[in-house]
Amino acid sequence: MRSFFTHAPFRLYLGLLLLAVCIVVGGILPWLAPGDPLVWYSAPRNQNPSGAYWLGTTSLGQDVFWLLTYALRNSIILGLIVAGLSTVIGVFLGLAAGYAGGWLDRVLSFFMDALLCIPTLPILILMAALFGGQLALPIVGLLLVVFNWPYPARQVRAVALTMREREFINVAWFSGESSSRILIRHIFPYIAGWSAANFINTVLVGISTESALAVIGLSSAQQATLGTMIYWAINYQALLGGKYVWIGSPVVAIVLLFIGLFLVSSGLSMQSAAKRMSV
Amino acid sequence: MHLLRFIAGRLVVYALVIVFALTVLFFVPRLGPTDPVEAMLAKVASQGAYMDPAQVDKLRQSLIDTFGLGGSLWEQYGAFVNRIVFSADFGPSLSMYPTPVMELIWNALPWTFGLLLSSTLIAWILGNFVGLLSGWRPNSNSSRVMEGIAICLYPIPYYILALVLSILFSYVWKIFPLTTTIRGAPWSWELVSSIVWNSFLPAMSIVIVVFGWWVISVKAQTSALKEEEFARYARLKGLSDGRILTAYILPNALLPQITFLALQIGLMFNGSLITEILFDYPGLGLLIYTAVLQGDFNLLMGTISLSVIAVATATMIIDLIYPLLDPRIRHR
Repeated sequence: MRSFFTHAPFRLYLGLLLLAVCIVVGGILPWLAPGDPLVWYSAPRNQNPSGAYWLGTTSLGQDVFWLLTYALRNSIILGLIVAGLSTVIGVFLGLAAGYAGGWLDRVLSFFMDALLCIPTLPILILMAALFGGQLALPIVGLLLVVFNWPYPARQVRAVALTMREREFINVAWFSGESSSRILIRHIFPYIAGWSAANFINTVLVGISTESALAVIGLSSAQQATLGTMIYWAINYQALLGGKYVWIGSPVVAIVLLFIGLFLVSSGLSMQSAAKRMSV
Repeated sequence: MHLLRFIAGRLVVYALVIVFALTVLFFVPRLGPTDPVEAMLAKVASQGAYMDPAQVDKLRQSLIDTFGLGGSLWEQYGAFVNRIVFSADFGPSLSMYPTPVMELIWNALPWTFGLLLSSTLIAWILGNFVGLLSGWRPNSNSSRVMEGIAICLYPIPYYILALVLSILFSYVWKIFPLTTTIRGAPWSWELVSSIVWNSFLPAMSIVIVVFGWWVISVKAQTSALKEEEFARYARLKGLSDGRILTAYILPNALLPQITFLALQIGLMFNGSLITEILFDYPGLGLLIYTAVLQGDFNLLMGTISLSVIAVATATMIIDLIYPLLDPRIRHR
């Protein structure tokens, strides 16, 4: 742990700091909210930022600050679930493909390549339009997992392929260790650092794609996410009314969250690359 | 001979990928809890248009054709693939009746294509230039600042940047137009300048993000490559810095970028869809959005199928040419 902090690049610290701010705002503050900020007319309409309403209120009478905490919470939860499932599925299938080889490898590789070629957003838009103009968050999450597991899978497969030829794997093999033990004890540590970086990156992609869908009004209207906040602000002419704080706060939150995620992800991959070099 | 076999193998994979994509598109409307045809009819009815039963039946038949819902599942699938691949016919648009969907798509396609192509090209040239220079002296202050800026720009989604740009340059400072209006006679200077003027902000939102990525990756490439043996040899030979950069390092730094492009095309396409919607830019994205808002399912199915196939094709083409460009890879 000590070596982690002394050798971690500066960008990792900065990213972790940004993420910590986002997690405090999205993870802890929603518990302190005075009421459900999504309810219309729970506050006076069209207020400018003041002591009572830190970021002002919306034209629908919602407190922007508390709405933002809820939106950040929902977006982060969605990103974490999508990234968690994609990484687990991707690492598992990637290891299976790379380690087993043969027809299993060929079939899995085909699905990875095919899914990587298909753009996600048009498919999501199609589904949203067909099913009543909106997609519930769990369905969006599920679809994002379907389209995002190939990224870790392809990388893990490539690592597993080279692993099979490595000396220490042979040693382990000939000293009678079982294949599952080789996978867990010897191959997994190799891909763990990279998988962590990829996990963070998938959080980013998940939140970004849901927000893209939400900005054009095709994600869930029952839940606040960063994208739906932007959608409502655009829809109620927040810009023409000069209410820049209403539309600006989710935009700033997304930018800070994404820069934080990217810094952590690239910091982690730099670190795992440096670790591999030193071995 | 090896090359031919390689290309043939790739084409087989490409055909399989397209079949897979079509299969996904085929099953999506069938996955949902609601019948899309009835949902569509209900939507038309709710818009207050009165239709006599004969008209409703006709519309239902046309929708059943669009979704290929007649006959057994196999017949439906065959008809669906046949319509998309071999006749490229998606029927008439329902909201702009009776203009064929393909005509609307053909009108929109040059806009999306032009936007993506020009902004990718600009970002690529700028990014390579700045990336090479900052990779040459990776520890200088200006190089660090450049990388810092790039790192802050790259993770921002296109549509967020589009939003920020339109807030700044269309609302706060009214420099660029808020929505796209193209005017001018064909082939006139006025038309060209109007297109450039209106495309500037949408293009910028893509250029800036992609530029960030090129700087990050080209810098990393360059600073690694300049330590390689061949670069050291060139330096010992007494070549100038400029020549080492352009003739020795640049070609090697270019190759991995092609792979990256293959992975990014889908993301860039996604991004341009939303950017177009935000700027009212008359491309494929706006067409998809119109289709969603109007409940025009013929148009929706057409635009989505075409964009999925286009992105898959572009990705496969890049995948195919990459090994042909890299002399170090041999086909055995």
